Amino acid sequence: MSKKARVIARLDVKGPNVIKGVQLECLRVVGKPGEMAEKYYLQGADELIYVDIVASLYGRDNLLDIVDKASDKIFIPFTVGGGVRTLDDIREFLKAGADKVAINTAITKDPELVSKGARMFGSQCIVASIEARKIGDGKWEALTDNGRETTGLDVIEWAKKVEELGAGEILLTSVDNEGTQKGLDNDLIRSVTDEVSIPVIACGGAGSSEDLLDCVRKGNTDSVAVSSILHFDKVTISDIKSTLNKDGIEVRNLD
Amino acid sequence: MTEADLTIIDYGLNNLKSVSKGFEKIGRSSKVVDTPEEVLSAKCLVLPGIGAFEDGMNGLKKRGLIDPIKQKVSEGTPFLGICLGMQMLFTESEEFGLHKGLDLIKGRVIAFKAPEEMNIDWYKVPHMGWNEIITPAGSTWNGSFLEETKEETNVYFVHSFYPVPEDNGVILATTEHGKQIFASVVQKGSLVGTQFHPEKSGELGLSILESFCDINNIGEGGTEK
Repeated sequence: MSKKARVIARLDVKGPNVIKGVQLECLRVVGKPGEMAEKYYLQGADELIYVDIVASLYGRDNLLDIVDKASDKIFIPFTVGGGVRTLDDIREFLKAGADKVAINTAITKDPELVSKGARMFGSQCIVASIEARKIGDGKWEALTDNGRETTGLDVIEWAKKVEELGAGEILLTSVDNEGTQKGLDNDLIRSVTDEVSIPVIACGGAGSSEDLLDCVRKGNTDSVAVSSILHFDKVTISDIKSTLNKDGIEVRNLD
Repeated sequence: MTEADLTIIDYGLNNLKSVSKGFEKIGRSSKVVDTPEEVLSAKCLVLPGIGAFEDGMNGLKKRGLIDPIKQKVSEGTPFLGICLGMQMLFTESEEFGLHKGLDLIKGRVIAFKAPEEMNIDWYKVPHMGWNEIITPAGSTWNGSFLEETKEETNVYFVHSFYPVPEDNGVILATTEHGKQIFASVVQKGSLVGTQFHPEKSGELGLSILESFCDINNIGEGGTEK
């Protein structure tokens, strides 16, 4: 990890569209993956994340196609998630041009996929995706299939476990805050960053650049993933970066 | 069929697609090869790479590419090594035991210090993310493929090891990670290597690839940019 904070644009895709919902439900179409990815790339996103929210149900060819097209135009690292189940799936996505894969459902069923994937392709390309729902004071449960299924796993324990297995990063999404634009769940982020030393990408709930700054400070993370406020043109990537930078956080400049 | 502008060497473990797409974006054609004959007929060679040093060298050896690469470099063929492809230019590496490299530049590839030794809050290994390249004292980018690049340009790194050349004169740019200043760009004659990934460093990364092509008169350049 470098000392510069990362601002990552997250695109949830369903079929040919980028969609956005609230708490992973009530989805609405907000654009096309290719055009939106290029827009955020040119605005100065440090990375991109694509998540196919229905791939666990319907297969992953759609996402492979999106990745293939993205690699024509996007020259920053990007992560792909949704429907990654096996080492062959990981290989296929990396070959299509992705730098990292995010895995959620499959690793809750077969945690060894993390260690095998890390050994074969390197820790740096295995991102453990954790969807967290608050179940009590300072307690969160890990969900899968975009918040549809429960696992019984405690988020903090699960985060420690995926680090031990060799995950290079954690993408941590608050299902409660996701899409609400009421701010990130900084307690959740902090509870995990206190316990692991791999980078934790905070996701879910940003309503403004200030919310993201708040999360970097209070959640003690250097990486944030953003969707709603970018998709609805409330802010640009550069607005977010200048808010972080004004508060003394180093970010990547474009010139 | 006309010869490709750039010949990208496939040794079994690297992500080649983003490199060839990067060249395509700047209007240069490339082909991916894995035989000695194809390496020997190249106008310009690119050795990309992500992965372990030993696996990389074994991949080159198994395909009989080590001698052809050395021959091309000795003939002055323009050559770009990226990340692991840059590290393999050196004499040897300490990654998982001591392993011999291509020995085209004298020096050793060593590991970043472990986070436990450093006591820096944000410091982690691998060094992954955006960081700056700067000109070391006594060096200049004038006349090199970095001539058009601004000081402190941000580029993208993913690595746990870095090369220490015997001769500081080959170091074109340095980068600092957790108080360790390492050679992030090296140059020796027609041979250049970048520890960062220009193909993942946004538009500025692409312009570095373009300068590499321009300075070596490789291809015409595209209409896209």
